[in-house]
Amino acid sequence: MSLFDRLPTDAAAPSGPSRRTLLQIGAAAGGGLLVGFLVPFGQATGKVGDAPPGSLAPNAFIRIDPAGKVTLVMPQVEMGQGTYTSISMILAEELDADWGQVTFEHAPPSDALYANPMLGLQATGGSNSIRAWWTPLRKAGAGTRAILVQAAATGWGVDPAACRTEASQVIHDASGRRIAYGALTGRAAALKPPADPPLKSPSAFRLIGKPLKRLDTPAKTDGSAQYGIDALPPGVKFASLAHSPVLGGKVVQVDDSQAKAVPGYRQTVVLDDMVAVVSDHTWAAQRGLAALNITWDDGPNAGVSTALVRERLRAASLRKGVVAINVGDAAKALSHDPIEVVYDVPFLAHATMEPMNCTVQVTPGGCEVWVGNQVLARAQAVAAQVTGLPLDKVIVHNHMIGGGFGRRLEVDGISDAVRIAQHVDGPVKVVWSREEDIRHDLYRPAWHDRLSAHLKDGRIDGWKHVITGSSVLARWAPAAYVDGKDSDAWGSAADMPYDIPNLHVEFVREEPPGVRTGFWRGVGPAHNVFVIESFIDELAHKAGKDPVAFRLSMLDKAPRLQAALRLVADKAGWGSPLPARCGRGVSVQTSFASSVATVAEVAVDEEGAVSLRRVVCAVDTGIAVNPNTIVAQLQGGIVFGLTAALYGNITVENGRVQQSNFHDYRMLRIDETPPVEVYVIPSGEAPGGIGETGVVAAMPALANAIFAATGQRLRSLPVDRDLLAGRKSA
Amino acid sequence: MRPGRILLIVVAVVVIAGLGVLAWLITASRPMAFAGGGAVALADYKGPPPTGVPADFASTDRIARGQYLTRAADCLACHTAKGGAPFAGGLAFKLPFGVIYSPNITADKDTGIGGWTDAQFLAALRGGVDDTGQFLYPAMPYTAFTYMTDADGLAIKAYLFSLKPVHRDNKDNSFSFPYNQRWLIGIWNRLFNANQRFQPHPDRSPQWNRGAYLSEAMAHCGDCHTPRTLAQNLDNHRKDAGAVTAGWLAYNITSHRLYGVGAWSDAELAQYLSTGYAPGRGVAAGPMGEAVDLSLSYLTPSDIAALVAYVRSIPPVATPGQPAPVLTPAPAAPGQGVAEGYDPKGKRIFEGACASCHSWTGQGSLTPWAALTGDRAVNDPTATNVAQVVIAGAKPRMGTALTYMPAFGAAYTDDEVAAVANYVTARFGAKPSNITPKQVAALRKQS
Amino acid sequence: MAKLTINGQALEVDAPPDMPLLWVLRDLLKLTGTKFGCGIAQCGACTVHVDGTPLRSCMLPISAVEGRAVTTIEGVGATPAGRKVQQAWLDLEVIQCGYCQSGQIMSAAALLAGTPNPQDADINAAMAGNICRCGTYVRIREAIKYAAKAV
Ligand code: FES
Ligand code: FES
Repeated sequence: MSLFDRLPTDAAAPSGPSRRTLLQIGAAAGGGLLVGFLVPFGQATGKVGDAPPGSLAPNAFIRIDPAGKVTLVMPQVEMGQGTYTSISMILAEELDADWGQVTFEHAPPSDALYANPMLGLQATGGSNSIRAWWTPLRKAGAGTRAILVQAAATGWGVDPAACRTEASQVIHDASGRRIAYGALTGRAAALKPPADPPLKSPSAFRLIGKPLKRLDTPAKTDGSAQYGIDALPPGVKFASLAHSPVLGGKVVQVDDSQAKAVPGYRQTVVLDDMVAVVSDHTWAAQRGLAALNITWDDGPNAGVSTALVRERLRAASLRKGVVAINVGDAAKALSHDPIEVVYDVPFLAHATMEPMNCTVQVTPGGCEVWVGNQVLARAQAVAAQVTGLPLDKVIVHNHMIGGGFGRRLEVDGISDAVRIAQHVDGPVKVVWSREEDIRHDLYRPAWHDRLSAHLKDGRIDGWKHVITGSSVLARWAPAAYVDGKDSDAWGSAADMPYDIPNLHVEFVREEPPGVRTGFWRGVGPAHNVFVIESFIDELAHKAGKDPVAFRLSMLDKAPRLQAALRLVADKAGWGSPLPARCGRGVSVQTSFASSVATVAEVAVDEEGAVSLRRVVCAVDTGIAVNPNTIVAQLQGGIVFGLTAALYGNITVENGRVQQSNFHDYRMLRIDETPPVEVYVIPSGEAPGGIGETGVVAAMPALANAIFAATGQRLRSLPVDRDLLAGRKSA
Repeated sequence: MRPGRILLIVVAVVVIAGLGVLAWLITASRPMAFAGGGAVALADYKGPPPTGVPADFASTDRIARGQYLTRAADCLACHTAKGGAPFAGGLAFKLPFGVIYSPNITADKDTGIGGWTDAQFLAALRGGVDDTGQFLYPAMPYTAFTYMTDADGLAIKAYLFSLKPVHRDNKDNSFSFPYNQRWLIGIWNRLFNANQRFQPHPDRSPQWNRGAYLSEAMAHCGDCHTPRTLAQNLDNHRKDAGAVTAGWLAYNITSHRLYGVGAWSDAELAQYLSTGYAPGRGVAAGPMGEAVDLSLSYLTPSDIAALVAYVRSIPPVATPGQPAPVLTPAPAAPGQGVAEGYDPKGKRIFEGACASCHSWTGQGSLTPWAALTGDRAVNDPTATNVAQVVIAGAKPRMGTALTYMPAFGAAYTDDEVAAVANYVTARFGAKPSNITPKQVAALRKQS
Repeated sequence: MAKLTINGQALEVDAPPDMPLLWVLRDLLKLTGTKFGCGIAQCGACTVHVDGTPLRSCMLPISAVEGRAVTTIEGVGATPAGRKVQQAWLDLEVIQCGYCQSGQIMSAAALLAGTPNPQDADINAAMAGNICRCGTYVRIREAIKYAAKAV
């Protein structure tokens, strides 16, 4: 399971070996990460927003003002996944708030108040917002409701148990009295919410499970939504920056004489590893930057290339790794006739639609930051660290996020901007060009996988998987990286859903030189499931079995996944005839505590061009808080995954990333996108994660479909269209 | 007839024919033959001097004059590797029989030409012989530079020697037998390098003579625009009639009204040469874009006017295989304008990656630089330059940041480049091209 | 001083003539609904209407729009097609992160204004220049057809 799969309840924990692993890792590494359960429910912060006097603020998430307006403070950030709406639904459900009166606010930075219960810090990532906050937020809502009820009942002199709530009102049916929450705020503020309020039974849900309209949509249709890049504090100036083209390189010398001639130019800021031009508007900043003559010292990474990285991964994969799971005796099972394969996947950029940006004002006594970021408390901390200011002197305003995908789990852009702002009088908005954004990302690691399996009686009885690559976890959450164990790197590999008696999975950590790596939508599973589901397909073929039947026969311990697979096979018309050079591919996964089965259908022409005909997906994600969002996330995630599988490839030459913008780091466009059908399986289980599942699902389904259409097995990504055209051999 | 007699006749015919062919080949090497007789030695010419720098530069020092001439001769383009130090050489020329690399011509004593005497420099520039007596490959346009005066050649040397020497070893060429037999070039030189200085034509205008010197001795336009004979010398019988050079089609620039530039106004020609763009005539990309950026854009207006006057005088040559542009815009509606039968991938790529700038009418939606209508590339039934510009993009120095076309070659396959090129010619040109993925692959290798 | 007409309002801005309209809108006029995504006319995030035609403002010099009517996402709701498209986007919950959506809506509104009943091919031709990294394409297609049916 991945880091992000660690569950607060075991309701959706996968069965079989994975359950065991969960416990193992929980014991070994959990300490650093599970502290977040100490969410201070009883504590009002008083710092949030501008709640008018007389408001009720019983915890860090809920404000009710005397006029009855309910403001919910969002502990997770909105980057498109719909979490503001789902979180509001959970809070409003238990609070019985009037949905029409609910508004939301971005949370300020505070690990103490808003740490994600599964991650232990104020972070949004790993498709766990709903999983992590499901119970805590229900309790926050129910606790608040309890004191409102008690306040009303006391006022009426009735038994609280005789009261009910609905649409922000407490109602006493026996007497026909009702009172609005707004009128109760004063009295309720004196009460302490119960630590363990009773929670609604799912059958009583009024909001949860309904496809409600997203709260953030209206502002996003008329241009009024404020993203970090839209911040315009008074007097703001605009900066463009150039990082050293090679990671670790340094500025030797800058000649800015020509930049000074650009109308609107203000100043050049030269730091040891980057140069920025500050101007009256972005155009002048961009032109000024282009007019600079910068001499760089490329430093030690000037010789790095993709070929070098690949070779190092290959060599490292022969080392002994850290064991992720060892069941039965894989070595013995694989001692005769093993089927051995090697897979490779490339570095990938996030390419969020909103390029990296951050606006900062540094004054002698303080620092103010306007940004959209997935780790807000870290954002604050890094600004404090760079400026040497105490935390409470750093104000961070979070914003809508124009795509996170893991890129904004990092704070490099914030520290860059603060360092620039230290040299600028007044606020400065630093916006990266798309070229900088693509070339100075923290990339999804390139991976090298060695797998071997043994077939017996048409089933897999031995399996060994050696995963070699960078440990993002070790850098990002060192406390969770204990004894070389990386639950992200082997996510969905150590806890495969298949019933395999002899199973061995290892991780070899090998950091690429000159390339930073980071979490990327789908994290560990996005790579592992591609590799595993492709290899499973190979094995089905070897065993002479239908790929769906082959999988079904080994999924007895994952009944939810089995059901999803049966459903998707049915909906996709699995087995029905297709025209020549067309094929269907299937993949299954239990990642982020959701069970997903996917079928892709493609056509491949003689020149290797791939047309996507259709994608069908069935998902069991437990209780679907907002089914609309779940379908949207799967549709979008599938497009994201198809894009990566077809085109995604970051390559390095002479230490420099070779891609720069959408012409050479290509995106799927609407005219290439197939119809995507998503079937959500009703379930009463605790909610699973969804935001990343589509990405994970798409890649192997596509590769398997291409195999079905052409007979070409793709053991590396992106899809090599020359290979499919027969212009070269594998 | 006796057999011996027959043999004799055959031999005679072959010899005469051979001599004829040789004569034809040799006369083909004379770039100014079209201007007729009457040329005189420079010393005997009474008009204003056609050589040297224009009047505006006459009072500058020798280094500045040398710089002007170095630019006019465009030494930089070939003697600089991609991303490398200026004039330090190393640019690869991928030819069918191997790769050659331009040498370092900075004044570095060990790896450049720092130790060369004036005589050695002129011998290389005009005779194609280096300081060790070795023949240069005629990728170096010494058959053009041969018309340069001593003074101009040495001004270039003075300029090169004024720059910081760069230590950079020359790369070995990868020619195999027989192309590595450099002595053969000696024979070729005797036949095809005139090895004589520029001779003005007193019967032509001073402006024409200046243009002739600039074009023939300096800018060496013919090296790309004039087709070559089997012997690889320029075929000036079809002077400037267009040729494929380095994987790009250098267009017919004769005065032919349909296939050449005969229908262009002087102002259009001048603008195109000095900025790489003229409204309705397209943008110079590839090697011509580079020639504008590095060379022609630095020429004074008087020199550009002289070039225009000279180019105007090139006799028309009809080249029916080459583009004759249509000027009418395509329909604005995507669904109209191209008959069925094209590869739908081409339209798909165009609508995603191209239409935003070029628009469905081909008139350019954001800047007139993006206009396709009237551009010769889209009228070229081979689609060579369309494919090339899709692969390599264009970033004209003389344009602005807004006249930039990205290079799509890295992310799009040969098949996709071919499909979009064929769609573009079908939509905007006189007739659809049928470039194949294989041909695109070959173009990638050449540029 | 460049004279511009933005969303029906005549304005003068002090900006160089080659400055792209995008930065004039965002940085000088504080109309931040129009987004920057790539700067090379490859993503469509910066789409505005100029005399009703959807254009990429990131590569459109303001000198080219003087005397022409510019409409941005902040103003497109005042046009019949724009209003229909915005409503369809709300009704069908098209949006995810939303960053590309100003551009998507502008492209879709221009499509509907000229082609009231767009077929898939029309939608492809009009919308393929707009990248959505969140992958909302499936719903964009549905919403355009839905908007076309709306009265
Ligand atoms: S920002 Fe203009 S098209 Fe991308
Ligand atoms: S909604 Fe996020 S990029 Fe389109």
